[in-house]
Amino acid sequence: RDSELGRTRMGTGSHCTEIQDTVISPEKAEEAKLKARYPNLGNKPGGSDLLRKRLQKGQKYFDSGDYNMAKAKIKNKQLPTAAPEKTEITGDHIPTPQDLPQRKPSLVASKLAG
Amino acid sequence: ADIISTVEFNHTGELLATGDKGGRVVIFQQEIENKNQPLFRSEYNVYSTFQSHEPEFDYLKSLEIEEKINKIRWLPQKNAAQFLLSTNDKTIKLWKISERDKRPEGYNLKEEDGRYKDPNTITSLRVPVLIPMDLMVEASPRRVFANAHTYHINSISVNSDNETYLSADDLRINLWHLEITDRSFNIVDIKPTNMEELTEVITAAEFHPHQCNTFVYSSSKGTIRLCDMRTSALCDKHSKLFEEPEDPSNRSFFSEIISSISDVKFSHSGRYMMTRDYLSVKVWDLNMENRPVETYQVHEYLRSKLCSLYENDCIFDKFECCWNGNDSVVMTGSYNNFFRMFDRGHRRDITLEASRENSKPMQVLKPRKVSAGGKRKKDEISVDSLDFNKKILHTAWHPQDNIIAVATTNNLYIFQDKVN
Repeated sequence: RDSELGRTRMGTGSHCTEIQDTVISPEKAEEAKLKARYPNLGNKPGGSDLLRKRLQKGQKYFDSGDYNMAKAKIKNKQLPTAAPEKTEITGDHIPTPQDLPQRKPSLVASKLAG
Repeated sequence: ADIISTVEFNHTGELLATGDKGGRVVIFQQEIENKNQPLFRSEYNVYSTFQSHEPEFDYLKSLEIEEKINKIRWLPQKNAAQFLLSTNDKTIKLWKISERDKRPEGYNLKEEDGRYKDPNTITSLRVPVLIPMDLMVEASPRRVFANAHTYHINSISVNSDNETYLSADDLRINLWHLEITDRSFNIVDIKPTNMEELTEVITAAEFHPHQCNTFVYSSSKGTIRLCDMRTSALCDKHSKLFEEPEDPSNRSFFSEIISSISDVKFSHSGRYMMTRDYLSVKVWDLNMENRPVETYQVHEYLRSKLCSLYENDCIFDKFECCWNGNDSVVMTGSYNNFFRMFDRGHRRDITLEASRENSKPMQVLKPRKVSAGGKRKKDEISVDSLDFNKKILHTAWHPQDNIIAVATTNNLYIFQDKVN
């Protein structure tokens, strides 16, 4: 059933020829090509997997926040960055706590912390 | 966002609606002033543009609901206004398009610019009059039919009774009344209890043009089921099953995928229906279920390219098809901005191209030919040089005249019969 090399009548192709020993329909030849490239392809091509992928069409997001962020990114091509004025502070005046960038939490917890 | 996703003439052909991926609807109107002149050429000009659907977020499934307009269907005209149904994946909307060419003038309580007058300053009364103004076309949503589809809506179809319509998604078909938005009846449900057993989905559905109790739906397995709503409330059991038998020795990995029907359309006469699968168009006689009466090859040369077409997903492209006004010609799209017409009576077919580069306006289109084999004649295009990104999925034919609308990815072309 698998390998259809051998005596095969041409299918619905418009150029029907005599039955020859090594003739394969173009469709079967394409199938062989595909199986050669993707050997793990399941044997039920039109089956559940393909259909379920089709039912699941649509981009999945982590949550509505993720979705709104993605939408905002598309609307304004630039990401909202940290205010550029902050880089001008250095050297002009003594910075106040508000001027300093947020300190990222340490990756390694300090041994002094509880 | 400007990708055209649906094209539809209204019942007189005077209006042509297009829907796009950005949720917008653009309606064109035919200029009919000089229709009886011998050298008359139809021109369609923009009549109305409105935003039909917006993107939404399904909070339960964390999925985006696309605003892309999947289908537009016009209602037959009953009064001065025009009505159409437009749908995205989840929600159907009824839009009213009306013209305003008069405005009232001479209010007693309002100034010309709309500010309210101090009532104490009014000493006399007058009757406001209606004066002509520049034509304004307004579109307003009159009904919103929401929350009835778990899966993605692929079709809507207005019934000949002019009161109901159906909407179909991958697994279910619902019947609505145009006036009632909070309720719809489920008339087909092919969802298996265990989703692992899913073998086929609904791909398209349409009401019969004259028999208000009859509708058909097509499947991803290449079958069409005709249902009669008089037999039972739930039409899970079909009245007729149309399927062409397949030679099992020809079966390949691609067989089922390319047999999936992407569109089904009844003929205007109601006697026939046409289906479009990946490589062909088939005409079925409703009285004969076991095979189509006509089969037309759209692009048979692609059969030896199925492997790459599977890899680039083109094998899943959903082409539509349409009949001309008297059901003598059928039309469908292909790749490389080609579209095909099949003359049923004369057994002739033609391939034409919708492209600004390759033809000038008002110029007669030159027939195209794709060479499948090795020898390529002059003016023929080889299969390998076809552009698979240039696909014509949506076409429409004027209900009476030989005027066609062909949508390429971003552009709408309108062609008509050569005038002497």
